[in-house]
Order: sequence, then C-alpha cells, then structure tokens
Amino acid sequence: MSNAVNILKKPFIATVISVILGFLVSLFVLSAAGYDPFKSMAVMISSIFSRPKFITNVIIKSTPLILTGLSAAFAFRTGLFNIGAEGQYIIATVVSTLVGLVFNFHPVVQIPLVIISGVIAGALLGGFTGFLKAKFGIHEVITSIMLNWIALYTCNYAANLEAFHKPESNGTYPINKSGISMLLYDWKFSEQGRAFLKDNSLLNDIILKTDLNLNFLIAVAMAIIIWIIVYKTKIGFEMRAVGFNHHAAMNAGIRVNRNIVYSMLIAGALSGLAGALTISGTSNNAIQVLSVFENNGFNGLAVALIARSSAIGCIFAGLIFSGLIYAGQSLQFKIGVPSEIINIMIGVVVFFVALTKMFPAIVEKFFMRRSENVK
Amino acid sequence: MVEISKKYAVQMRGITKSFGTFKVLDDVELDVKKGTIHAILGENGAGKSTLMNILYGLYSSDSGEIYLNGKLQFLKNTAVAIKSGIGMVHQHFMLVDKFTVIQNIVLGNETTGRFGIIKTRESREKVKEIIDRYGLNVDLNRKVRDLSVGQQQRVEILKALYRGADLLILDEPTAVLTPMEIEDLIRIMGSLVADGKTIIIITHKLKEIKKSAQECTIIRRGKFIDRVKVEDETEKTLAKKMVGREIKLKVDKTPFNPGEEVFSIKNLHVRCCRGIETVKGLSLSIRRGEILGLAGIEGNGQKELIEALLCARHVDSGEIRINGEEIQNTSPGNVLKCGVSAIHADRHKYGIVLDFSVAENAILEKYRDKPYCERGFLNYKERDKFTNKLISEYDIRPKDCKDLLIRELSGGNQQKLVIGREIANEPELLIAVQPTRGLDVGAIEYVHKTLINLRDKNKAILLISLELDEIMDLSDTIAVMYDGAINGVFKSGEADENDIGFLMAGGQENEQCC
Repeated sequence: MSNAVNILKKPFIATVISVILGFLVSLFVLSAAGYDPFKSMAVMISSIFSRPKFITNVIIKSTPLILTGLSAAFAFRTGLFNIGAEGQYIIATVVSTLVGLVFNFHPVVQIPLVIISGVIAGALLGGFTGFLKAKFGIHEVITSIMLNWIALYTCNYAANLEAFHKPESNGTYPINKSGISMLLYDWKFSEQGRAFLKDNSLLNDIILKTDLNLNFLIAVAMAIIIWIIVYKTKIGFEMRAVGFNHHAAMNAGIRVNRNIVYSMLIAGALSGLAGALTISGTSNNAIQVLSVFENNGFNGLAVALIARSSAIGCIFAGLIFSGLIYAGQSLQFKIGVPSEIINIMIGVVVFFVALTKMFPAIVEKFFMRRSENVK
Repeated sequence: MVEISKKYAVQMRGITKSFGTFKVLDDVELDVKKGTIHAILGENGAGKSTLMNILYGLYSSDSGEIYLNGKLQFLKNTAVAIKSGIGMVHQHFMLVDKFTVIQNIVLGNETTGRFGIIKTRESREKVKEIIDRYGLNVDLNRKVRDLSVGQQQRVEILKALYRGADLLILDEPTAVLTPMEIEDLIRIMGSLVADGKTIIIITHKLKEIKKSAQECTIIRRGKFIDRVKVEDETEKTLAKKMVGREIKLKVDKTPFNPGEEVFSIKNLHVRCCRGIETVKGLSLSIRRGEILGLAGIEGNGQKELIEALLCARHVDSGEIRINGEEIQNTSPGNVLKCGVSAIHADRHKYGIVLDFSVAENAILEKYRDKPYCERGFLNYKERDKFTNKLISEYDIRPKDCKDLLIRELSGGNQQKLVIGREIANEPELLIAVQPTRGLDVGAIEYVHKTLINLRDKNKAILLISLELDEIMDLSDTIAVMYDGAINGVFKSGEADENDIGFLMAGGQENEQCC
C-alpha cells in the first residue's frame, strides 16, 4: 500500500495520472453536453496524429506556450508569480513588429535584430515589475495585471498607426521579408518550389501547409539552458534560495532584491522571446488589434503548473497544451462542439493537475479504511 | 500495568502510530492520576507530542485505547476531546495577534444574542472568575500582540479552562519563559491541581519536572520506558532513562584565558519595525577566547540588536566593530566576510532553507567562493566533499543524508549542520542565539561542547539565550540586557540566578553596573 502511495507521490507519474484523469473527466463533460465521447476522442486523436501537417502544427503552436511556461516556471522557482507573461509577450510582439517594419537589413542581421528587440522589450517589462517589488515592495501580481492591460492597448495603438497599418485589415503590414524566419519561405511559394513539393506529399504537407520554423528547437534549447541556470549555476542557487526562504538567503549574504529583479528580467525575456519568435516565425508576421487577451502568457502559467515548474517538463506540458487547443479546434470544426465546452475540457485537465497532491492522500485514506475494516 | 480505574484521569494502552513507514509510537501506555501533575519526558522526536496530539484528537492512533476516568473513549477529533474535558496548550501558541485577550478566549465559543451579536459581558464574568480562582492575571482588553510570551501562555490556559477543561496538556510550556515566569507557571499549575484539575506537561527539562510534577512517564524512540515517582529520582537518573546513556548535565570548561578585544558595540541605537527605539545606547565588548552570555527577558531589544549586528536592520547611531572595522549598516554579506557568523534561534526561518538538500544548505554561505563555485557554475563534487566532512565531523544523522531535503532531518541534526557550517566559516565572532532551542539533552550536550571548543580555539562568542541555566553554564562573562541596554555585567560565578533574574526584570544594582 505504501508503495502505491510512494509511486503516486513521484512528480512525473503523479502528473501523468492527473492529466489522464482530467482527460477522462473532460470526456464526461463532453457527453454531458450531448456529444459522443468516444467519437470525440477519436476525432481529437486523429486531428493531432493523422497527418504530418497536424503534428507539425502542434509542435509549432507549442513553441510560445513552452517559452511563456518557462517564464512562469522560472519566476515560480524564485518565489515570484509572473502573471505578467501575457503583457511581456504582447509588448515583445509589438516591438518586434515595429523593428521588423522599420529596418530592412540582410536576414543574418535582421532576424536576430527582430527577435532580440522583442526579447529586450519583454525583459524590460518583467524587470520593471521586479524593480517595483524589490525597491518599493509592490506586489508583482498587482503591477503586472495593470501592465498587461497597458501592453494590450499599446499593441492596439501600434496596430492602428498610420505608418504601419495595413488597409482593410485588423493589424499592421507583415514585417519585412528579411526578418521572417520561416524555413524556405521564399522558395516554397515559388513556382519551382511548388513544382518540387507537388511530387512529395510528405514534404508538401510539412513545408508548404505549415509555418515550418526552427522556433521549437530554440524553445527546447531555452528549456535546457534554464534548467542549467537553475540547478548548475551560482545565480540559480541564489534565486532558488531567495524563492524558498528569503530570510535565510539574506542572512547568508545573498542580495534578495537584486535577485528578484534578475529573476523577473529573465522571466520577462523568456515571454518576450515567445512573442518575438511568433512575429518572426509564424504568419501573419504582424500584430493585430486585440479585443481580448490571446492568453499566450496566461496559458504559460497553466503550462508551468502542469510541468510543476520543471524547465524540461515545460516542453512536454507545452506540447500537451498545444495538442489540446489544436484538437479542440478540430472538435469544434468537425462535430460542432462549442468552443466553451472545449475550454472547459482544457480547464478540467489543468484543474486536475492542480489537484495532484490530493491523489496520494485519497489512496492512503482508502487503504487505511480497508485495513481498519479488516481488523 | 495499572488497572483501568476511575482514579485515573487518563489511561492510554497500546498506543501505536506510524507516519509512512516510520513508527513514531510503539505500544505506549500512560497512566495519569486525577489531580496530579504528570510529566512526559523524552528526547526530541521521541514521540511525546504525537502521543499528546492523539489524546487531544489531532491524530488518530493506528491501534490502542484511551480511557478517560476509567471509561473507554473514542476521541476522533479535537471537538470530541474538548467536550470530554481535555484542553491543550501548544508550544507555538494558537492566538490571533490582532484580537484582544477576551476575544481570543471566547473565539469559536462565543455567546451570541439576537442577530448573532456577541455578548461579551457573560463571558467576561466567567473568565474573570477563572482568573481570580487560579491567579491567572492578565488584562482582558489588551491585544495579544502586545503581551509578553508568558502572558500569552496564560491566555492559552484561560482559553482551555473557559472551554471547561479538567485535563490540561501543556506542550513544552517553559521553553520560552523567563525564570520568573516559570515560577509563576509552576504556582498556577499548583493552584489548578489543588482545585482538582489534572495536568500533563511535555518537557525535556529535568529541573522543572523535579520542581512541579508528581509522576513522570519516560518515552524513548517511541517506546514506553518507565513510569516513575519524581521524588524517587534525581535529574541524573531521569536524564539517563530518557537518553539511554550517561549524560553530563554540566559542561566541563577549561579556565578562562581571554585575549585582546575583537568585537565591540558602542552606544548603539536601533528602532524596531514599528519605529520605536528598542535598543537604547547599548555598549558591549568581547575578547578572544571569551563567551559572553547575554541574558534578558524576551522583548528587551534582543531581536533588534541581533538584526542590527547582522546588518539586517538599520542602525540609527553608534558603532559595531569587528577587529577594529566598523560594520554597522553595511550588508549581511559584508558581515560574513568580516568574520561574523550567526546561529539563529529560529533556524527554519533564518538559518536554513527547508526545501534545499542538506548539501545545498551546507554551502549556503560558501556557494559563491572557490572551490564551490567556478566561473559562475557550482562545483557539486566540492560541495559534496564539504558536506560529507560536516556530516562525519558533527555526527549528523542519517550518515547518507547529503541529498535529502533538510526538512527530513530532526531538529537536532539540522542544528548540528548549521553549527558545523558556521564554524567552518572560521568566524572571529560567533553569535549564537538560543543555539539549543528545541533540542534534547543529548544534542544540547553536543552543542555546548562545540561552543566551548570554539572558545578554546581563541574565538569570541556572543551567546544570547532566554535560558538562564545555559547562560550561567557556558559564559565566562554575563551581561544582562534590560530595556535596550546593558543593566549589569558579571564575571562567571560572581552572581547567582537571583541576582541576574533581578537585573533582567529591570532592577538596579549599584555596585555592579557597566
């Protein structure tokens, strides 16, 4: 019995079980709403795995989620709650777009320029939150919620600037081609490219029908780098100490306030990277007027939760989340499940992950009662 | 074994309790005679508190029976226990700081009139009656946060009596009290017992058992060892039964041979977080090879003094010097660099990071220095080497604990790691604040020996403790702190407990003043 409980307490296994349980319960939600759960499940699975295009799309869409997830997870490690990931993401898309429109260097310069400008924007916004917390003790959640709105309206303002606004559209022009990082972008739409891809259905599916880019690899690399920073370096040690117990950290001579600012800078940079890569690597390569938050940052918090703040875990959690969103869209499209039900399903899965701690306790209780009855 | 009888307020039989695979209590029995004070003696982690928490309905035992007044009872939760007339005062008080005394006492048990409006008058009269009967004086209208620890304890006792407790469980009641407050508590316990109440005290302080209790049950590593009449035992025999081996209650000390002054405080003024000056012109100096014990009742500025010494609090005026260098208002990092290390009273808050491994805690103050850190990367090999050295040098158990979270170690072992770590800094001055708080006799003996050894290596030690015995035993020089300043300095042996207690309470002694 204690074995079973101990296995359940292993973070990885516990999380997987929670995800599966959440998924099962969400199928109940579906059937309660009047949809055949088995058919729905089949649709969801096939809409992710049945074509290379689908798999590629899930991976591509997971990239910003992994990065904002890392952002939130990193901040969690330092004892901070980066709800500002949303605003950092948005401000990065704005800055990247404007930089990508104004400048037009060779791609070797332009692509990094577009991306790094977004990263810096996100980092500054995050760092500002950290600074306010360190210097004046203003809670980061309050400031970042406000900054999220400021970022949103900055984005809407920028999207409507006459110099950049694309007529008859909801947003700006796409950034200059030199800043676009989709693979084979020019070639795949050329006649030569189309002719070549026509004969190869697999490549056609992967390259032409998606925004194929290398961003996922960047996200994976970032996850590894963050893991190294957190566990292998002096800075990571300081940040974790501050996160777990800032009193003891301070007494050990660690500068608590400086670490709060650093941590928020890095978290902001990660969210910024998510936004910048989205602009550079996926169409429309532009910002749009936002009527509501797109949740790229908020979903990052959910990803970090599923990953239990593990950097490497964020990769898998990001993929799961992206898969759920993607499959959810197909569900809506193919059997007409309303998007609200799909969002409830995603909510249920995340909710169950949040309840992970409960399961070993339940199993323990269950076995205890049984052994009592035996007596 | 005693028969189940009405003469006993509590009888517990065959109590067994496991947490996970670890057996905390194994077939423990307890017999508490009505109208007596019964002590439960055991080392830290022996299972005393667990046993009492079972009696109070906080935990359920895996097996075993509880009889109250000769009747079998099933105490499935605290509500049932309270109804059965059991009251418990925990070591860490469960009071609402911002409420007044009377609000705290009636909390959860309010008499209400129409529309749920609280009627305080009736409760007030009832509480006053209890206060008068047992001499539990405390001002009902003051906020709890403004009370001393001793008074807060009275509030807890009142709370239990107000709920009709006939059996009071006091968990480590004297751990935070001054000698005078302890006297008071013993007097109050006496009047309670005289009135027919029964009291169980959990403690590892032998002196207080001798002073107050009639009988004593000894538990060692979760097992019942013995039930004895206190008058038949000496402190030594009790200690032996508790630990299972001979214990030195008094520390051996080599003669005092001080060197030159290394540390001095001059005319220090510090304000507390509410802006009130709590350290008022304090001056002090310590020489090499000297243990200076700072005695004083809690709340006389010790907290702010310690924080100021470690640069965790701003100093308004005055100076703190180590080896001639001023360190006030620099940074905790600088204090460490200048050779001042500290052992904190609240190690969980200030000393260690509970969610770090033992090894990570071991390098908490060294991680940034070579060889533990190179070019920004941590060197795990060196870290583990250092940790294992501490583990073997300071006998930290279990032996292979370096990768365990430190929260999994017992308090004594955590403290050994902290002490080992601080001493490994090779400090010029070690500030030890209640270094043995919450430790058992065996661990205390070890800590005391370590401090004496450090002194013999010609280092300076500032010992700040609320336990007068500890100060008297260890110190070469004793300074008494009262109201933010030094109210008297003695050489060891020049003053007895009463003299010091007198000064701690603010008394003036003309011929001995700093």
